[in-house]
Amino acid sequence: DTQPDVPVLTPWLAPIVWEGTFNIDLLDEHFQSQNVTIGLTVFAVKRYICYLTMFLQTAEIHFMVGHRVNYYVFTDQPDNVPRILLQKGRQMVILKVQSYARWQDISMRRMETISIFSQERFHREVNYLVCVDVDMKFRDHVGVEILSSLFGTLHPGYYAIGKQFFPYERNPQSQASILENEGDFYYTAAFFGGSVPEVYRLTKACHQAIMMDQANHIEAVWHDESHLNKYLLYHKPTKVLSPEYMCHTAEECIWFQNKRGLSTIVKRVRFVTLQKNMSYIRTDEGSAQTGSEKGNGSQPYSSS
Amino acid sequence: MPRQRLALALGLCLLTGSSLWALWVYVKTWLPVSYVPYYLPCPEILPLYPQPKLLEQRPTGLLTLTPWLAPVVSEGTFDPELLQHIYQPLNLTIGVTVFAVGKYTRFVQHFLRSAEEFFMRGLRVHYYIFTHDPAAIPRVPLGHGRLLSIIPIQAHSHWEEISMRRMETISRHIAKRAHQEVDYLFCLDVDMVFRNPWGPETLGDLVAAIHPGYFTASRQQFPYERRRVSTAFVADSEGDFYYGGAVFGGRVASVYEFTRGCHMAILADKANGIMATWQEESHLNRRFISHKPSKVLSPEYIWDDRKPQPPNLKLIRFSTVNKDTSWLRS
Repeated sequence: DTQPDVPVLTPWLAPIVWEGTFNIDLLDEHFQSQNVTIGLTVFAVKRYICYLTMFLQTAEIHFMVGHRVNYYVFTDQPDNVPRILLQKGRQMVILKVQSYARWQDISMRRMETISIFSQERFHREVNYLVCVDVDMKFRDHVGVEILSSLFGTLHPGYYAIGKQFFPYERNPQSQASILENEGDFYYTAAFFGGSVPEVYRLTKACHQAIMMDQANHIEAVWHDESHLNKYLLYHKPTKVLSPEYMCHTAEECIWFQNKRGLSTIVKRVRFVTLQKNMSYIRTDEGSAQTGSEKGNGSQPYSSS
Repeated sequence: MPRQRLALALGLCLLTGSSLWALWVYVKTWLPVSYVPYYLPCPEILPLYPQPKLLEQRPTGLLTLTPWLAPVVSEGTFDPELLQHIYQPLNLTIGVTVFAVGKYTRFVQHFLRSAEEFFMRGLRVHYYIFTHDPAAIPRVPLGHGRLLSIIPIQAHSHWEEISMRRMETISRHIAKRAHQEVDYLFCLDVDMVFRNPWGPETLGDLVAAIHPGYFTASRQQFPYERRRVSTAFVADSEGDFYYGGAVFGGRVASVYEFTRGCHMAILADKANGIMATWQEESHLNRRFISHKPSKVLSPEYIWDDRKPQPPNLKLIRFSTVNKDTSWLRS
């Protein structure tokens, strides 16, 4: 029952959630007594709709079991959404959204959509929002230990390396730019969340920043992820999820994680990516490459 | 004409109805004092779990995170500059309640002077001094953005009575004025001084501090109220830390709920002719088991100077003033 030898508290006193740091019975009791409802947003646009079945089936087994859950499935093909049998207290809401030609736009427009829906309906229906990528599956418990006003998740590819190597947007013309000596962590855009008001603030700010960049004909190197990182630098999250909550299973990544010593630290693999082409791992630790060099490969790292 | 009259009457009914509804909604959302339900807490059936230990396996480390993911604040766990940078622009006001009754008025000057030097520097502070003798409260120069209010209260003959009334007084005070004046509120003992910085690292929704006398003890050794008849009863298998009654706080609404809950429990005991073994500290500890604090302060924030300072407590920030307790309470 000892705590792992990993950082469990950020310098601004936000817990970093690892297996061994929390007692789930205590936390379940606390959240159940408050009768919380958790909203899980996921975008299944174009061919990404094929990931929904696995995503939802594994969520039924591992995500917030015992609590009320609303799945918010955003899609351009509502009729193709699989009808999964859901446990009691859990429901699925299918919401039609516009599709875009470029995958980068599909990814970045998620911020806009979440902010609009937060204001229009989420604030009435759920207490917390969890916003994740769809091409993933749950493999182990992901529960109320993650809930907080605002939480981000550590990107496993950039755990335990210096901030100067984080793939932040460095172009000072971009709204997402972060200076060389700045930064706490590199967060993934594939898993973030918090209370509805805080998620609204975050997604609205990111969307506005993306639009401003667009007006200046700039696109941040990792798109919505770059903007998310800028936001969380200036609005520190109240909880940070360890890389247990964002694992990569592609072979190359396993090699890379081993090189980082990550597999010995991650004791529970909770939420994993399905086949993705991780171009980031081709950079060595010593060379911080700029965005344009990173974006090679047909299927980029961070999103649909 | 009768139809006009009917329409008028209907319109009037609608108006009355909707304004009554609006009033009811307003009353329901913030009605702090006039309706107080009788509260008799039932023993919570919490699953058995091992007691968290402040001193970790490693001899030099302190626990930094409780099993319910509340940070345990001690020197080295936080960056004070970063936190100051985060909290300063929020324009918050931090309230402090102290009770200076009977001979305890003599502690106010030293308390306030040390608070001016170390407590929440650079932030807005409002001290509330509850006393039976306003004239005995000395004038202490306060920094910019810092206020002091003296609130007269009734004197009681027994010090226990004074101590037990604090929860009621604090909750009433929040309902009456503090909820409008401060964002966070700390309730501190007056016979103590600040010796090192106490800053926004301590701010949280509901904050407790670990009692300096029991942080190495096991839960069976904690001086909880052990008589089943008391509302403050704690079983042998229950308990996380033994928290000190000299320091607690949090968001003003949470402190209101907390002090009100404790007061209700104290009243229930009183009706049964019982006084808990450590008065309100017993009730505070009972409540913190079922309403776990969102942040825990290490004994750096509530120290007893008579104890030798252990190596893993690096910076004593708030500690007792050397005094003759028996004389003070006579």
